[in-house]
Amino acid sequence: MSDELHDAQHDELREDTKPMSNPMARRDALKAMAVAAMVPMLPESAAASPAPASREPLPLLDELQQQAKRKGPRGTPSDPVLQVAKADWPRKLLLRELATLGALCDMIIPADGKSPAASTVGAPGYINEWASRPGGDSSLVRVRGGLAWLDRESQARFGKRFHLATNAQRTAICDDICYQPKAKPEHQFAAQFFDTIRDQTATAFYTTPQGWKDLGYIGNVAIPTFEGPNAEIRRQIGLE
Amino acid sequence: MSSRRSKVAPQYDVIVVGSGAGGGMSAYQLSVQGLKVLLLEAGRDYDPVTETPMFQTPKDAPLRGSGNADKPFGFYDATVDGGWRVPGEPFTTAPGSQFSWWRSRMLGGRTNHWGRISLRMGPYDFKPKSRDGLGEDWPMTYDTMAPYYDKAELLIGVYGGDDDLENTPRSSPGVLQPPPAARSYELLTKQACEPLKIPVIPAHRAVLTKRQDSARLPAKLHPGNALAQRVLRQSMNERMACFYATDCGRGCSIKANFQSTTVLIPPAMATGNVTLITDAMVREVSLDAQGKASGVHYIDKLTRVDHHVTAKVIVLAASACETSRIMLNSKSTLFPSGIANSSGVVGKYLMDTVGAGLSAQIPRLEGLPPVNEDGTAGIHMYMPWWNYGEQKAGKMSFARGYHIEFGGGRGMPGPGIFGGLESFTQGAYGRKFKEEARRYYGSFMYFDGRGEMIPNEDSYCEIDPSAVDQWGIPVLRFHWKWSDHETRQAAHMQQTFAEIIEKMGGTVQGTVQTDGSKAIATGGSIIHEVGTVRMGSDPKKSVLNEFGQTWDVKNLYVTDGATFVSNADKNPTLSILALAWRSCDHIVEELKRGNL
Repeated sequence: MSDELHDAQHDELREDTKPMSNPMARRDALKAMAVAAMVPMLPESAAASPAPASREPLPLLDELQQQAKRKGPRGTPSDPVLQVAKADWPRKLLLRELATLGALCDMIIPADGKSPAASTVGAPGYINEWASRPGGDSSLVRVRGGLAWLDRESQARFGKRFHLATNAQRTAICDDICYQPKAKPEHQFAAQFFDTIRDQTATAFYTTPQGWKDLGYIGNVAIPTFEGPNAEIRRQIGLE
Repeated sequence: MSSRRSKVAPQYDVIVVGSGAGGGMSAYQLSVQGLKVLLLEAGRDYDPVTETPMFQTPKDAPLRGSGNADKPFGFYDATVDGGWRVPGEPFTTAPGSQFSWWRSRMLGGRTNHWGRISLRMGPYDFKPKSRDGLGEDWPMTYDTMAPYYDKAELLIGVYGGDDDLENTPRSSPGVLQPPPAARSYELLTKQACEPLKIPVIPAHRAVLTKRQDSARLPAKLHPGNALAQRVLRQSMNERMACFYATDCGRGCSIKANFQSTTVLIPPAMATGNVTLITDAMVREVSLDAQGKASGVHYIDKLTRVDHHVTAKVIVLAASACETSRIMLNSKSTLFPSGIANSSGVVGKYLMDTVGAGLSAQIPRLEGLPPVNEDGTAGIHMYMPWWNYGEQKAGKMSFARGYHIEFGGGRGMPGPGIFGGLESFTQGAYGRKFKEEARRYYGSFMYFDGRGEMIPNEDSYCEIDPSAVDQWGIPVLRFHWKWSDHETRQAAHMQQTFAEIIEKMGGTVQGTVQTDGSKAIATGGSIIHEVGTVRMGSDPKKSVLNEFGQTWDVKNLYVTDGATFVSNADKNPTLSILALAWRSCDHIVEELKRGNL
């Protein structure tokens, strides 16, 4: 950045302090004007002071600060901050849909003696994140369409929504749609939907500490030496 | 950059363009020899020590860390502003050509995320044309390069075994780090490959399995050079041995694996001889009235200001195709088709690695007791090419070899895990699904062939006159064509994988392709693109001599993968490092003699 530019920007900031010497008076004046004219505050602020606009965005300063930032992630999709990761897009599924989804997730991965159910570790929330992702419109259609189908099917068969049906009733529906090659023609879409939710529920569940423990994944820890498989494993896979 | 600085432009001995394998090595070797180096990097400054997501889990990342168009290798992959597309920096492909160009825009370039597989080219690989009449010979032999391979391996730290197979040379004694123990699926594969006469030996990867000997190595690598020894000792002392966790593709904050940003750039900067400018996109090499390179023009990406910097010697290491692009865009009266391009060869003979893969499910790996198989987060074993004799005898339908990389086992469960379980379990869900997941976890494997492509006239890059990038720089247009040698090789890979899987008692997932054109990966997608500014012994058929010096402009050098004459199945990074070291020795000598 050039020193002239830097100095100019600096002066502009100093100008900014002038009206603040009597902050109450200025704020009252602005308030009165804003109420009287119902105009946006920023243009009025500029009009109220001959000095450079104090609350305008400062493109020059922003630009220079950005330019000075040669180190570190820039927080863009292709250069995200890896240490504090966030999926910060709006979630699109409604609570009503999440109730149905949660029941389906738990039909796929229920609690057993070894690990909790999928909804306990946040699988519906993850599937909402996935289906709501930018560019994920076709996933969202499949998830929403499938959830709507599931509730209607349950209503038609049992007179209640899927998450309010009994386990046996839910099982009756899932048995019809759990395997695409054997699903009836009228269930083909539902079977695709079921497989999508099974895959996503597995992704959600088996990437959690509970899921790792269930599978017996014991890595991601620093160890001083790496040993090959022990004698028991070697015997079991037929090496000895 | 400040106006003060441009008024009193520092005088540099050398400008190095690019900070990856070739550029990082060049900046290091030249600066420890006392030369003043200006290092220009088109991407942002990047510090693996503070930025690497060590131990972070998929659960902490958006979409469980899965890849997307912005981060093709996953959220945690150490790639900044890169992948198959770079924001604001397009390329084009000619009609009928398919080519994917991987780039990154960060200090250290692609060395931050690579697989660390470090295989030497062998004696046949340097003289392929002499052996089978195809392609072109390198201007030097393996024996010339062997000492540089030794030195490069000692400098960066490579683990491996001491096998000495045909055209798969061993390193000198004491050079390699101890190889890590094989995992269960690697041992099982070795057992299955014995009756097939396919060797399965320790892989060579640039990962420290023990700390480097900082008391001895610096003097061995830089005899009589106190500065080099001091900065290298300090750098080696900052590197830890692998602790067998965290995928190498994320980079390494403890500096256990090789990346230019942890191994080459820190000691180069510690010499006090290097000025680094990041976000500096070089567009052109300038020429003086005597026909020598005078400097480079670059665009500061953050201010969009165009700069010109000068030096006695210019070293291009911007990555193979980017180096070509700079040269082709450097037009003058003397070189109307691009600097140092009197041969017309700049941009020509672009190569990638032949890739084809197959996945399998192995029942013998089902239901094993928990064991930590993270290891060095990369291959511990591999299969070097084993059919040199058959090829020499004319018994095979393709001329060059491939090696096999394979993996699987009980790795960190990530996004997409159990994606194929519907077919394996006939649609299991509920408690049954959980039982099946426990049973199948760790039983899936993949086999990837990595083979040699023979350079051809139809695979090249050129300037596309109809497009510029956001910096106003004309972009590259790619032309691509595989020959039968590559597609037949890909089909052979498929057949080999199927045989290995059968011997293991496993089931192939997907289809075993007999048509190689259906199995072969798109050009560029293995990310081993090399060539386009090749070395040679004939100035009419090559751009560079054996030292990476252009025939036409004696103070212009190239030290990245662009220099490659052939693309053996050996992953290119280690060879780029060894070649760059040799080029730098030549630059230093020629400067001393007053020849540049």
